[in-house]
Amino acid sequence: MGGIPHDHYEPKTGGEQWLHKRLPIVGLLYDTIMIPTPKNLNWMWIWGIILTFCLALQIITGIVLVMHYTPHVDYAFASVEHIMRNVNGGYMIRYMHANGASLFFVAVYLHIFRGLYYGSYKAPREVTWIIGMLIYLMMMGTAFMGYVLPWGQMSFWGATVITGLFGAIPGIGPDIQTWLLGGPAVDNATLNRFFSLHYLLPFIIAGLVAVHIWAFHTTGNNNPTGVEVRRGSKEEAARDTVPFWPYYVIKDLFALAIILLVFFAVIGFMPNYLGHPDNYIEANPLSTPAHIVPEWYFLPFYAILRAFTADVWVVIAAEWLSFGIIDAKFFGVLAMFGAIAVMALAPWLDTSSVRSGRYRPMFKWWFALLCLDFMVLMWVGSMPAEEPYATISLIASAYWFAYFLVILPLLGVIEKPLPQPATIEDDFNAHYGSKAHPAE
Amino acid sequence: MSHAEDNAGTRRDFLYYATAGAGAVATGAAVWPLVNQMNPSADVQALSSIFVDVSAVEVGTQLTVKWLGKPVFIRRRTPEEIEAARATALTDLVDVKGENANKPDADAADQNRTLDEAGEWLVMMGVCTHLGCVPLGDGSGDFGGWFCPCHGSHYDTAGRIRKGPAPRNLPVPVAAFENETTIKLG
Repeated sequence: MGGIPHDHYEPKTGGEQWLHKRLPIVGLLYDTIMIPTPKNLNWMWIWGIILTFCLALQIITGIVLVMHYTPHVDYAFASVEHIMRNVNGGYMIRYMHANGASLFFVAVYLHIFRGLYYGSYKAPREVTWIIGMLIYLMMMGTAFMGYVLPWGQMSFWGATVITGLFGAIPGIGPDIQTWLLGGPAVDNATLNRFFSLHYLLPFIIAGLVAVHIWAFHTTGNNNPTGVEVRRGSKEEAARDTVPFWPYYVIKDLFALAIILLVFFAVIGFMPNYLGHPDNYIEANPLSTPAHIVPEWYFLPFYAILRAFTADVWVVIAAEWLSFGIIDAKFFGVLAMFGAIAVMALAPWLDTSSVRSGRYRPMFKWWFALLCLDFMVLMWVGSMPAEEPYATISLIASAYWFAYFLVILPLLGVIEKPLPQPATIEDDFNAHYGSKAHPAE
Repeated sequence: MSHAEDNAGTRRDFLYYATAGAGAVATGAAVWPLVNQMNPSADVQALSSIFVDVSAVEVGTQLTVKWLGKPVFIRRRTPEEIEAARATALTDLVDVKGENANKPDADAADQNRTLDEAGEWLVMMGVCTHLGCVPLGDGSGDFGGWFCPCHGSHYDTAGRIRKGPAPRNLPVPVAAFENETTIKLG
């Protein structure tokens, strides 16, 4: 299936040949696992395997949790406490599921920013990038609905605020919100449908992951130089690559072991560090917690949502130009979804012909600023909606959009890139010497 | 393959369009129940009216009741609060509509927001018009009325939005005094 020439599966025994003629599934698995992979990949290329692990972890622990959970407003909170106190090892399984979501997002953000730095989104990998963005959106939806299920105060009010976003759509917004909730407010109907979808979406994500892998196995992996693998002949390609098994599987599993060490340290010693105490109070529709904050992985986009208030000039201009259809509330919603949309459009906004940030002297600094910007947005998103955080979040939101809409298109024109190595082999030899070979 | 053009406007074309049309209608008919099942069910829709005993509500205090799954604020305002609300010019308001279901076309003057002529009784949905949190009452916020902790919307003593991201005044639901001490909601 890949475009890089390599040895394909040859069924040898009679049994293998019998199956191969009827269903070439062993060949498909062989070609997938033996795919030629650039031999200069660095540690930022481990996150794909970590993410696959996270998806499996969440599905397995989730299926087990459902055996003890009751999706009803009167029992949901109590059934989660039942899992924590009575079910054998239940607290461990739930902590793994809750912190597993955090590990999932740590990995996905590092994976996305890896792609942004090394230009993994650029031609011919745009489809891989777009599918990745769809997976990311579905992950956010799944995580949000999962957080509602324990039916704590943050669950309830988070659901109220987020479904309220859809109510901001002019005209049909309130009807859509009622349709999503199944009533005038978050209630049993909402809890039940969120439970249903929270169980469904991970399997759709798994399907999209298969397509994501299919797409980049067709184009071949990107690598830190951004230089393509030579494809003239099998021998030429072999000088730029090593097979995924065993080389990268072992490397990735080593990385996974280290990450799991940290993960289990968190679960063992500080399992609620990333959570909110308010969610251990049962949902109460008559009282809003003093300070509603989403989970940490939503904070950057939450900050963008809050940044655009009615006194910001772009909001005033948008309201005037749209004859009042776009008010501050709807503008905030558009900005939040727009922040993800501009990221998804990066393949077409980046005009530079050089793929890897390693050879782009100006890009490097703007990219570093984007990483910092992301952290700043995360920080102000966790702060109350008052000064100086309001101004900081406005500046940080503006930079997020400027990076994708102004800086990426302009840099391709004004930047003078550094010389790139001719081949991946050259880059590899420059680091490790031409005598270095993968262990035989 | 070139025969296709020769057959333009024939009986076969008609059959294609008719089949595709029937297929689209059938698909729509099959999908609609799957979409519509998510709308409020009959028991949720059954609009209920509730009666609230307000005899124990003193001047300067507030009662919060749950109606249609949402909180309703019933506040008996102090003379100072009434005065502050009535002294506010309409031009200082973000939303100049009354948002009062009992007086659909009225503006946001304080007289149009309250249940009684004297302006003592203010009844409104306790749901922030920004993203649906419950604002904090008892003189909170920069304008001495309500303050929404979620995203910092400030409402004045008549529940009108004055500052922050919320676009509209807190809406007044259909409400009336049933007798001296009872308010009927809905």
